[in-house]
Amino acid sequence: MNIDYSPEELAFRREVRDFLQAKLPPGTRRKVLDGLPLIKSDHVNWQKILYEQGWAAVNWPVEYGGTGWTPTQKYIWANECAMAGAPEVVPFGMKMVAPVIYTYGNQEQKHRFLPGILSSDHWWCQGYSEPNAGSDLASLTTSAVRDGDSYVVNGTKTWTTLGHYADWIFCLVRTGGPGVKNQEAISFLLIDMETPGITVSPIITLDGLHEVNEVHFDNVRVPLENRIGEEGRGWTYAKMLLTHERTGIARVAQSKKRLQTARELASNTSHGDGIEDDESLMRVPSFAQKVAAIEIELLALEFTELRTLSAVSTGQAPGPESSILKIKGTEVAQAIDELYVEIAGYYGLPFVKAQFGGEYEGPWVGPGAAANSAPRYFNNRKTSIYGGSNEIQKNIICKAVLGL
Amino acid sequence: MDFSVSEEQRMLRDSIAKFIQQNYDFHSRCELVGSETGFSAAHWQLFAELGWLSVPFREEDGGFGGSAVDLMLMMEAFGQGMVVEPILPSVVLSGGLIAAAGSEVQKRDMLGALMAGRLQLAFAFSEPQSRYNLANIKTRAELQGDSYVLSGQKSVVLNGGAADVLIVAARTSGGQLDDNGVSLLLVNADTDGLVRQDYATVDGHRASEITFDKVRLPATDLLGEAGGALPVIERTVDRVSLALCAEAVGAMEVAYRKTVEYTRTRKQFGVAIASFQALQHRMADMFIECEMARSIVIMAALQLDAHNGIAPRAVSAAKSRVGRAARLIGQEAVQLHGGIGVTEELDIGHIFKRLTTVQYMFGSTDHHTRRFASL
Repeated sequence: MNIDYSPEELAFRREVRDFLQAKLPPGTRRKVLDGLPLIKSDHVNWQKILYEQGWAAVNWPVEYGGTGWTPTQKYIWANECAMAGAPEVVPFGMKMVAPVIYTYGNQEQKHRFLPGILSSDHWWCQGYSEPNAGSDLASLTTSAVRDGDSYVVNGTKTWTTLGHYADWIFCLVRTGGPGVKNQEAISFLLIDMETPGITVSPIITLDGLHEVNEVHFDNVRVPLENRIGEEGRGWTYAKMLLTHERTGIARVAQSKKRLQTARELASNTSHGDGIEDDESLMRVPSFAQKVAAIEIELLALEFTELRTLSAVSTGQAPGPESSILKIKGTEVAQAIDELYVEIAGYYGLPFVKAQFGGEYEGPWVGPGAAANSAPRYFNNRKTSIYGGSNEIQKNIICKAVLGL
Repeated sequence: MDFSVSEEQRMLRDSIAKFIQQNYDFHSRCELVGSETGFSAAHWQLFAELGWLSVPFREEDGGFGGSAVDLMLMMEAFGQGMVVEPILPSVVLSGGLIAAAGSEVQKRDMLGALMAGRLQLAFAFSEPQSRYNLANIKTRAELQGDSYVLSGQKSVVLNGGAADVLIVAARTSGGQLDDNGVSLLLVNADTDGLVRQDYATVDGHRASEITFDKVRLPATDLLGEAGGALPVIERTVDRVSLALCAEAVGAMEVAYRKTVEYTRTRKQFGVAIASFQALQHRMADMFIECEMARSIVIMAALQLDAHNGIAPRAVSAAKSRVGRAARLIGQEAVQLHGGIGVTEELDIGHIFKRLTTVQYMFGSTDHHTRRFASL
């Protein structure tokens, strides 16, 4: 065991830093560092810059356009991106459907879909959850009935993040009739969002913003060649998708940057009981200890993630510790979200949507970071609910690790 | 960056695991705890023969290598057996001080005997008023001619009763809280003027209250530089804290595994209580706490070996995080066992006791959270 970077790894870090310094658009950087929502063009422009560099698909196999980086290089990349304020990759195409396509898709599907994902010409969204299928995902009811060379799809998908930007949606649909076991009745379809019969309706989350949607399918015809793998095997592919993307699930690098910024903010925020400049919130012992406890938790999380990466890189299956990443990653991030609200104090209250929702020209209410503190805290309560709620993750630990 | 364990390290771990499996079941441990000395001299000799007492020391001092990662792996394995032999106070702590501060002669004489299993040591540093401030020392050593005259009281000296030689932290100058003026003195346990009160600790180990009343020592029995011992003590205590954290990880793993096992066999309302989700999620939390603790201990060990100056902060992070995990896992292990968990009959309660004391030795959870924040 050792923790040092090799000379090659140090050179790689230098290269990444120089690249980020030169190529990350300042406007996008500012929004990321201030915790403001990004619009579609922010994401797409940055992904295209990465595509030009050959760094768009960090985890893909090299033959499909991946980087071929070692786990340590990926770790360096994630950290440097977060420190520089680069946007996080929107996962639905790059990290979710692409691994399913290159693992289970046929040659024609790989040729047809992977280049558009790699170049970010196609925006993908996820059609998993339904109004009555949340944690019990396998109980989904959106149906796909064969009719000639097509499926006819009917049903509703929900919590479709950024579905209003999407060109394509990947969906779990029920192809088996009653009596077929849930896990053998589900198929995995790729559906063009332009197909007649699809409507997207917004859901407004607690931050007042439009990020998620419901997607309705009314007799939507989907060609059979858009099915991944075999009919009825979709649950296997879906599970692979859910467990595939372990790198970054804990969002350690983002939390490190956010905590560093919170600490800076708190150091510049008066605790109110003094009149000198150095009478900052960080001088309040109970607050400083709260920050310290979160930082310690983050260190434990970071090394849990590194252990997982290391195990995977030596060809082992991810160890049981990997199941912890989702739970602890979201808990730490949510604790940091709360810190921002606490630092904002009274200025956590003003709800001037334009300030955190996009471009704003008017007089600014409160300090910059305060504007989005409470809305972001509210919004991010989703993280311990989505992707298999944290309670579901504990069920997985009980079953897969503890044998209960 | 590399998290793999070498063949040598794997063998070290496996050989300790094998020893525990063959010699250290719950009943055998209880007998050792209740024995006159509190541990087995035969085991101690075996540890020496197998090279385990050499693990914390560098090759140039005759040791196995002295990496913090080796130390971590060894202590974790000992933790799984709840081993009561005084490796931590005698070898890691006291031996660590000699390795860090001793002259070539002192190292040759004492480390050799220590690693051979012929010498027991204890470090007398804490005093009733000092809590976790290593500089808070009232015990004084006055230089009179070519002797030191030592007077003061030391509290809860781990392995004090078995020690042949005590290392005593005393003031040779400065005020009670000063960083400068702390010296280390080597004191034979049978020296006149030294009074020991030996006792058992709640976790099955042994310790002593020791008073020094005008104990006269040759000035040459100084370990390291007069007045400049505090940094050495701090560095050594950091290594010991890491070792203790690693031991706790081993004990925590056993605690959650035994709890899982017990709930699968214990039946209430006609079913195994492991089938209740209210209990399942608590066991998932125990597992999570154990792995988070393991991760941060690995982090601290790697930072200690990297010699990059952030080791004290890393160790405090580990001690703080391990303390939280030890509390949760210890308490939950007892709770999930129910009534039998609060009896002396079952091992789980004894694991709980050790997981309690590790929180309060070498700095409490709160102390290390504060220290982390201040560094």
